[in-house]
Amino acid sequence: MADINLSRISKCFGDYRAVNQVSLDIADGEFVALLGPSGCGKTTLLRLLAGFEAPDDGVISLGGQVVADPQSNIMVTPEMRNLGIVFQSYALWPHMSVARNVGYPLEVRGLGRAERDCKIKAALDTVALGPYADRSPSELSGGQRQRVALARCLVMEPRAVLLDEPLANLDVHLRETMQQAFLDFHRRTGATMIYVTHDQAEAMAMADRIAVMDKGHIRQMAAPETLYREPADLMVAGFVGAGAVLPISNVSIHDDRTCSVRLGDADVAARICPNLVRKSNTAQLGQAGICLRPEDVWVDDAGALRGSVEDCVYLGGRFRLSVRIGRDQSLPVYANRRARIGEQVGLKVSDGWVFDRMQDEAA
Amino acid sequence: MQATGRLRGFLPGMTASTSSNRSSDRLLYWLLLPVFVVSILPIMRLGFEGVMVGGVPSLGYFQDVLGNSTTWQATANSLYTAGLGTVISLLIGGSFAFLVALTDVRAKAALVFCFMIPMMIPPQITALSWVQLTGPSSALLNAFGIAPAMGAPQPLYSAEGIALLLGIQHASIVFLTLRANLRMLPREQIEAARLAGARGGRLWWQIILPLTSPGLIAGTAMAFVTALGNFGITAMLGIPANYATLPTLIYQKLAGFGPSVLGEVSVLAMLIGAIAICGVALHHRLVSKRDYRLMGMVGRPLDISLGARRPLVEAILWAVLVAILVVPLLALIATSLVPAFGVKLNFDNYSFEAFREVLFVQPSTMRAFQNSFMLSVGASLTLILVCLPLAYVMVRRPSRLTKLINLMVEVPYALPGVVLAIACILLFIRIPLLDVSLYGTLGIIFIAYLARFLVIALRPVMNSFSQLDPALEEAAQACGAGLGRRLRDILLPLVAPAAAAGALLVFLTAFNELTVSALLWSAGNETLGVLIFNLDDSGDTVLASAVAVLVVLVVIALMTGFQLASRRLPKGVVPWQT
Repeated sequence: MADINLSRISKCFGDYRAVNQVSLDIADGEFVALLGPSGCGKTTLLRLLAGFEAPDDGVISLGGQVVADPQSNIMVTPEMRNLGIVFQSYALWPHMSVARNVGYPLEVRGLGRAERDCKIKAALDTVALGPYADRSPSELSGGQRQRVALARCLVMEPRAVLLDEPLANLDVHLRETMQQAFLDFHRRTGATMIYVTHDQAEAMAMADRIAVMDKGHIRQMAAPETLYREPADLMVAGFVGAGAVLPISNVSIHDDRTCSVRLGDADVAARICPNLVRKSNTAQLGQAGICLRPEDVWVDDAGALRGSVEDCVYLGGRFRLSVRIGRDQSLPVYANRRARIGEQVGLKVSDGWVFDRMQDEAA
Repeated sequence: MQATGRLRGFLPGMTASTSSNRSSDRLLYWLLLPVFVVSILPIMRLGFEGVMVGGVPSLGYFQDVLGNSTTWQATANSLYTAGLGTVISLLIGGSFAFLVALTDVRAKAALVFCFMIPMMIPPQITALSWVQLTGPSSALLNAFGIAPAMGAPQPLYSAEGIALLLGIQHASIVFLTLRANLRMLPREQIEAARLAGARGGRLWWQIILPLTSPGLIAGTAMAFVTALGNFGITAMLGIPANYATLPTLIYQKLAGFGPSVLGEVSVLAMLIGAIAICGVALHHRLVSKRDYRLMGMVGRPLDISLGARRPLVEAILWAVLVAILVVPLLALIATSLVPAFGVKLNFDNYSFEAFREVLFVQPSTMRAFQNSFMLSVGASLTLILVCLPLAYVMVRRPSRLTKLINLMVEVPYALPGVVLAIACILLFIRIPLLDVSLYGTLGIIFIAYLARFLVIALRPVMNSFSQLDPALEEAAQACGAGLGRRLRDILLPLVAPAAAAGALLVFLTAFNELTVSALLWSAGNETLGVLIFNLDDSGDTVLASAVAVLVVLVVIALMTGFQLASRRLPKGVVPWQT
């Protein structure tokens, strides 16, 4: 296992910049998710790391060893990088048994049969597929196939395991089981894992840190809870978690962490992004926005913020309302009781996050 | 992220930069050199002949040939017969491939086995047996007393007759190419469509047909190009009807001699080559828009239930086989058993004299068997060894060079065999620098075979490579497997069925090959095709038929051997194994 460093990596396909000046440091044993909408460059980044693509610019190093650096003409081939990769299509070889699929990396390394069999058995047991060793991959279900692919990575004791949307072909129920399988795998082996997904719930459930990508850039890289509570820009706020970003004008800063803002007829106490506090001296706060998560806003008849209910969905235990405030702004809100469509309600805002809405334009 | 995967295929410069650091990849490019020498250089040498008049560059031959109306009449005839023939091949071969590969018809192995046989009969023997079958002097029809009256016109001496036989002869090409493709069709895609409510015709028309269109297009292109260059059938049926196609026109020009023959033949060869290249370019254009890499597990064969219609479908399939295989074979056997050509065959006068003559009296038969066997086995093995890495480079590392090669390998196959033979003689009669002559040895035939059949071996392998999910190879790469290892462990077993199908096609085509070896043979180096042709040409039609019957028997025996060994071979290596 080793830490992974990417420094100012760029990759173009023709005129299209798939990855643009991306820097990323991943610690040994960390579980990092690359999250973003399709076409954001996350799979390209993974393929650059694996060595299937060569960067146009920048340096990639694994455990201190430079594996790609076009400036110095270094390009270590994928087969020499010792990285495990799990593909969306599983990429199991149909002409080999499950055991041979799993043992192939050892076969390539020239291990003896006894040692190989022992490691194959251990790897298959780790993913709970011991009894399936002699089956053909075509006889397995999707989830089982993906676990075989995982065992194939495990057996080669890779520097890191790269996962390219591994659950995209599986059904929802199986996804949860497989998420647990990946987490167990991570805890048991301590492997560095880099997980590409477009599903924010998947990323938040598993990763230690998430890198949110958009248009070839990394927008923000942080722990899931930080990403959720303190999104760096409009794209991250919109892509991660439910909620709404409302433009605000009246911000009075208390200290470099807290402030209060005027929202409709109500004063709301909120946290503020330190960057915005620093900028508030020079730039106007007119570009600021507040990110409100549904759990921060509750229906309260005494609330000063008024709005009308547009939608009401029962989530089990509570309701989620969509409440329109002002002309074209609506908020997702949790409520304890069902509300009529069109009903006027008061809202109480307990928390919010104020940040620069124009941040991403500058990036 | 399919997008980047697709993108890679379309932007050759980019992958080149990736591979530039991998010396093993660069080594593969050296494969392109022998391909160039064997398949392009002879043609260039012949082309040189066409633009030089008396040692100076001139367009004189072009003006003579292209200004002549017989050239254009022959071109139109070639296009008509090859086009119509391809349609017939597509109908017969296509329906057989679909029905056998995808439905629950019974006795599939037997059906496939029998369907392979018509292409083993040399074209001129096919033509001969059909002419004997349908004409007034038919040994078979006369034996039953149902032959047309003497003096009645032979219906096969016509454009449609040529097309019909071309279609039957090349149906197996469509069948084999399409079947290789159908083997890769995962069950899930069909099942998904059926769950989506697609039934019957809609399922075939909207799902199966589009998914298999790369194989269908490849098979069609190959059948067309083969039909375009066919000499045996167009000569046997066309010359009596005074119906000239480009290959027979070339043959007649060569027979005419004169100082300008080579130049004019060269121009005609360029014309037929240009038509073939147009066809192939169209094929590549159509296929390039269809990047249908089929995901999902291959291995569980599909069984679409035909229900109550199954007996009817089976009856039709077997009836077609009887018509295109059994009846002409019977005619061939009948001819080989008559005491003298033209004599009415009955149960009292049949004779095995012809077989005794060719087997035990004339030493040339056994020699020809040996030569043809060595040449065809050697060519198919060599070509498959070259084609596996070559197809890999062409599919996975496309560049301008590989695209050019892709078009060029078609040329020696599309050109009539006589043209390739002349090109080979011109180039190899004295090899520059080495000062060695290959003329008069088996070596020149071997090289000509490599050039001619390269494309037959290459296409199925390329087709198979382009349908493999790239992740299968990338997974092996991540496991630490270098290029050679990946080719051996992962790619080779996965494309083995297609490679075996290609090798088998080469073997069978080469075993009965006539037109190339007709000009390149020398005493002691004759092939089976030459032997049959020479016997027939000198009026020994009965002896020719006897040799042809022996050839068919040997090939059927070989195929049976493969069939029996198939259980011990890796799955899918024997192409007709179900």
